[in-house]
Amino acid sequence: MSYSDKVIDHYNNPRNVGSMDKSSADVGTGLVGAPECGDVMKLQIKVNRETNVIEEAKFKTFGCGSAIASSSLATEWVKGKTVDEALTIKNMDIVKELSLPPVKIHCSVLAEDAIRAAIGDWKKKQESAKPVTSAVAQ
Amino acid sequence: MSTDVRIPQELGVTKHATPQGVKLPIYMDNHATTRMDPRVLEEMLPYFMEKFGNSASRNHSFGWAAEEGVETARERIAKLIGATAKEIIFTSGATESDNLAIKGVAEMYREKGNHIITAVTEHKAVLDTCKRLEKYGYRVTYLPVQKDGLIDLDDLKRAMDDKTILVTIMAANNEIGVLQPIAEIGKLCHERGVIFHTDAVQAIGKVPIDVIKQNIDLASITGHKIYGPKGVGALYVRRKNPRVQISPGIDGGGHERGMRSGTLNVPGIVGLGKACAIASEEMTREAVQLGGLRDRLRDRIMSRLDETYINGSMEHRLPGNLNISFAYVEGESLLMGINDIAVSSGSACTSATLEPSYVLKALGTGDDLAHSSIRFGIGRFNTAAEVDYVADRVIETVERLRELSPLYEMAKEGINLKDVKWAGE
Ligand SMILES: Cc1ncc(COP(=O)(O)O)c(C=O)c1O
Ligand code: FES
Repeated sequence: MSYSDKVIDHYNNPRNVGSMDKSSADVGTGLVGAPECGDVMKLQIKVNRETNVIEEAKFKTFGCGSAIASSSLATEWVKGKTVDEALTIKNMDIVKELSLPPVKIHCSVLAEDAIRAAIGDWKKKQESAKPVTSAVAQ
Repeated sequence: MSTDVRIPQELGVTKHATPQGVKLPIYMDNHATTRMDPRVLEEMLPYFMEKFGNSASRNHSFGWAAEEGVETARERIAKLIGATAKEIIFTSGATESDNLAIKGVAEMYREKGNHIITAVTEHKAVLDTCKRLEKYGYRVTYLPVQKDGLIDLDDLKRAMDDKTILVTIMAANNEIGVLQPIAEIGKLCHERGVIFHTDAVQAIGKVPIDVIKQNIDLASITGHKIYGPKGVGALYVRRKNPRVQISPGIDGGGHERGMRSGTLNVPGIVGLGKACAIASEEMTREAVQLGGLRDRLRDRIMSRLDETYINGSMEHRLPGNLNISFAYVEGESLLMGINDIAVSSGSACTSATLEPSYVLKALGTGDDLAHSSIRFGIGRFNTAAEVDYVADRVIETVERLRELSPLYEMAKEGINLKDVKWAGE
């Protein structure tokens, strides 16, 4: 299969590779696996507590070139967006931007899932960090 | 020697000056197909224009010239495998040879029984043929393989019953290059009066095949894996001790003793014959050379990368084959990183069905390692300089992709990947 120039560019020069401290209160981590082919993507965001803006994003991906490119692109796109804005990113946007062929659509789905999982994790952290107003035994 | 010019970019690719004597791209996928040997092409060329006759034309010199080319080829193929010329039937390739052998025996011996034995690591040309026969009421046993890729002869013995008419087990596997104990399988079959077919596509011309010594009744051969042309193959059909009969797959003018009708592909057959003649002459020496290059590739890669695993037996293996899994690195992304080198992967991402290699799964290789596998097929035209270049490119790409791999990071942190529950599952 031949790849689009954009996929090749992201593959050769992936943006925002790396990891942030999972335990930090400002960091949300999404670790998702693709049931289709067994690939794994980790995407992390660091959110400004005041503005809800994603200031930093990092990824690591075990997957095909299209999966690497999708996650690399996803980190570029979420940076500078608020958490709510980032949630509007759809896998089909990624498909379009990278000109992914039909067999590679699930790789972009993985990237969308990773964004959602990272934001979900961050949100959960914010809720549990909220001051407890009523003492409910759990 | 290669000089590296690093792009000043975080985890970017390394730009290389190509080492001397290496021309890119490098072809190292010789189990998929091979480049034609120039000596083969030379032998074929007259049969397109000057000697264009139909080998079945008995009444003029055009036909005789073509027939002579075909009969020389028949003898050359027979010689390579210890058969006689009359036992060679020409086909369009090994897919057809496998179909003809299996379906031909199934139909011819239906009165005698309806049970066929094969193995799970066979080529699809064999497996799908067996599956079709199951629809027609045949019973098929798919033998498992051991961790090294070899079948267990005791399993084979146990599987045989009085309805077994055919055992079909490949001589060499196309993914992992593992050589099955053909002679022993043949012996077991002959002791029980069962016909033995072997898909010898990958083995012919690479390791010795002798139909008498190895008790082979039917053997599939193809031109394009032995530096010959595509679209031409042969089936060896034993004529005595025992005489094996097959029903024709293609009816028509009664060519090839009625077993395979159709005007012969004369230039292709001449090429296949020449490819076999070269193999007869050079196989012994070439096997040593390819084995040396293969071991060089393995040693260079494995001395510098940890957590790399060889798939299949190293002892019972084609000299030019190496199949390695690079843990934590997905195969298709690895292929992309070495895109000036032609090899292939058992990764799910490279297959249309998103299933990892069924051959590797049959060895008990986990999905993760099947996903990380690369098949190197070293052939006649590969050089030591190419092997070194390939090894170096693989090493640096694996290292780069491991830095990109969440699995590698987790493994380094001591997390057992088998225990992780993925979101989205
Ligand atoms: C083991 C084996 N059997 C059969 C075939 C099919 O051969 P052909 O391409 O000549 O039909 C191949 C090649 O793909 C093979 O490797
Ligand atoms: S991640 Fe497997 S096909 Fe893209």
